[in-house]
Amino acid sequence: MEKKIIPTTIQTLSKSLTGIQGLDEITFGGLPKGRPTLICGNAGCGKTLLAMEFLVRGATLYNEPGVFMAFEETIEELATNVASLGFDLNELIAQKKLFIDHVHIERSEIEVTGEYDLQGLFIRLNYAIESIGAKRVVLDTIESLFSGLSNSNLLRAELRRLFRWLKDKGVTAIITGESGDKTFTRQGLEEYVSDCVIVLDHRISEQSSTRRLRVAKYRGSTHGTNEFPFLIDETGFSVLPITSLGLDYQVSSERISSGIPRLDTMLGGKGYYRGSSILVSGTAGSGKSSSAASFAFSACERGEKVLYFALEESPKQIMRNMLSIGIDLEPLVKKGLLLFHSIRPTFCGLEMHLANMFRAVNDFSPLSVILDPINSFIIGTNEMEAKLMMIRLIDYLKLHQITGFFTSLTLLQSDTEQTDLGVSSLIDTWLLLRDIEIGGERNRGLYILKSRGMKHSNQIREFLLTDHGVELMDVYVGPEGVLTGTARSAQESKESALKLFSKLEIQRKQLEMERKRKAMLAQIELIKLEFEKDEAEALKIISTEQERTLRLAEDREVMGRNRQADAPNIESIEVKP
Amino acid sequence: MNSNNKTSEKNAQNRLSHQSIGDEWVLRLYVAGQTPKSINAFKNLKAICEDKLDGKYEIEVIDLLVNPQLAGDDQIFATPTLVRKLPVPVRNIIGDLSDTERVLVGLDLFQKSISNKLMINQDETI
Repeated sequence: MEKKIIPTTIQTLSKSLTGIQGLDEITFGGLPKGRPTLICGNAGCGKTLLAMEFLVRGATLYNEPGVFMAFEETIEELATNVASLGFDLNELIAQKKLFIDHVHIERSEIEVTGEYDLQGLFIRLNYAIESIGAKRVVLDTIESLFSGLSNSNLLRAELRRLFRWLKDKGVTAIITGESGDKTFTRQGLEEYVSDCVIVLDHRISEQSSTRRLRVAKYRGSTHGTNEFPFLIDETGFSVLPITSLGLDYQVSSERISSGIPRLDTMLGGKGYYRGSSILVSGTAGSGKSSSAASFAFSACERGEKVLYFALEESPKQIMRNMLSIGIDLEPLVKKGLLLFHSIRPTFCGLEMHLANMFRAVNDFSPLSVILDPINSFIIGTNEMEAKLMMIRLIDYLKLHQITGFFTSLTLLQSDTEQTDLGVSSLIDTWLLLRDIEIGGERNRGLYILKSRGMKHSNQIREFLLTDHGVELMDVYVGPEGVLTGTARSAQESKESALKLFSKLEIQRKQLEMERKRKAMLAQIELIKLEFEKDEAEALKIISTEQERTLRLAEDREVMGRNRQADAPNIESIEVKP
Repeated sequence: MNSNNKTSEKNAQNRLSHQSIGDEWVLRLYVAGQTPKSINAFKNLKAICEDKLDGKYEIEVIDLLVNPQLAGDDQIFATPTLVRKLPVPVRNIIGDLSDTERVLVGLDLFQKSISNKLMINQDETI
């Protein structure tokens, strides 16, 4: 079957950028152009602000003037309310970029005396649109009509006509409405405004509130369907489309120092990868913050900006504590390289925290971010949310090539190989700090649990906090197990004593051997001398004996001669010498 | 809306306006073009004024299609709307004024007429 080539001239829905941070990303380009959009939510969830920012951004960024028809607030009230967001409505009104019309409807002041229609409203709106050439219109909150007028059938018919008319006018409109029980709005406005529905929500869980935004409906367009947290602060409205990110971020093969020379050696000699995520987990007091500070210090020394989210300590406290191990962070803060951001985990909801962190990262644009510790976010039973939050944060940092350094507190009893937040799979380099209890003392040990994409040491090192920072030492590994601290030094001295002892022993043995050899030689000499003496003596005896025998023979001969003996063989007894 | 209508209403306005000072009534009728509702409203208003106000009134008819900028000043959102500018306080009455009783209530004339009637009745009993 042949596929039909879809002509590229197909008219896709044209959109109107809102200029609101994040919202344009969720809606893939803004609100439907020339159509009405319904924004609904409970009281105080930010409908009016969203609508107002839509107009202000339109007027200032996209040169699209806007009309704000307020049914609930007066112009002065509106101007005051949004002044805190840095919007100067009066200035915009003076520049004819904004037209605010307050429609006052008070039931007690209205007497209905027969047939009527809302043409007056149409005329006012039309006049407002024509007078500044408006492209955007906000009706906030049109449902007030229902409380002011009793004939709801007529109102519905007129609203239908109004939205039709707005479409014909070609203005991009926002209509706000209070949330209803079963319907998006109390009066079921979604029945008339069906192109795009955005739901705002203000939820409180674990005593902290989070604002969320969801695009419930967007006819003719794809859109993010999740609930996205949003913020309202001094720069306006911002939605955070964080879950929409994929895993297609850039990776760097650049290596950065951990701030601990020996640790760099353990990590293939070069340290962490830039843009990777590093987790240091350990029990209380095992030196997590110190290793974080070492990392921060070395990054700042390279002239890189570091953002330090401190969840448990104040910046002053951290600086004081780190000074005690010779890491002076204060000058770095003064230079603007290091920025502390202390947040109380209980201050607001997780989404809000995340939003705040994103904003802080955006504003400061650091190369490294430290979060100390991540467990603080777990309050009550929100472990799942906390994990999701961490995933989003890590994703976000990776996307922006920011090195993330996290610390995690593990409980003594719990399995150390399991982080509380279960984020281990997201972590590239995981260092484990352990307490090693031997010989009545507690020492710190460090090893690398994993480090993706690099050779790394499998050895345990003793982690020492000295006056000049963090140092890693070899631990004693022998038949008696791993020894650290004084046990290690004791063992070391024991060994050196042993060594000395054996050296002496050898010397002694050598000496003894020498002595023995000398003794042996002396004895040999002695025996030789004795032998020589004996020999000499024996020879002497022999010669004496011979002398004597000779003399005897001579004597006998002499005697024989004297006796005139005729024995001829006197030579036969001659003794040979 | 064509200019003929406007002039005819101006004429009507001139016809109906009185120059008398004192507890004079100033009424403004906002309409959106010459619709049946507008015409009815004007007719009804005239009848009520003739009946109750005894010539001490002034009616100004404003066609919002001609002067849309005037709609905001008197907080008009429905048409037709009758605004009682004088005597104060300002009152807004919407609709084609076919419900005379409600118009009288809106104009604060109902109470007056009842109390007048009551007074008359009392006088009669005495």
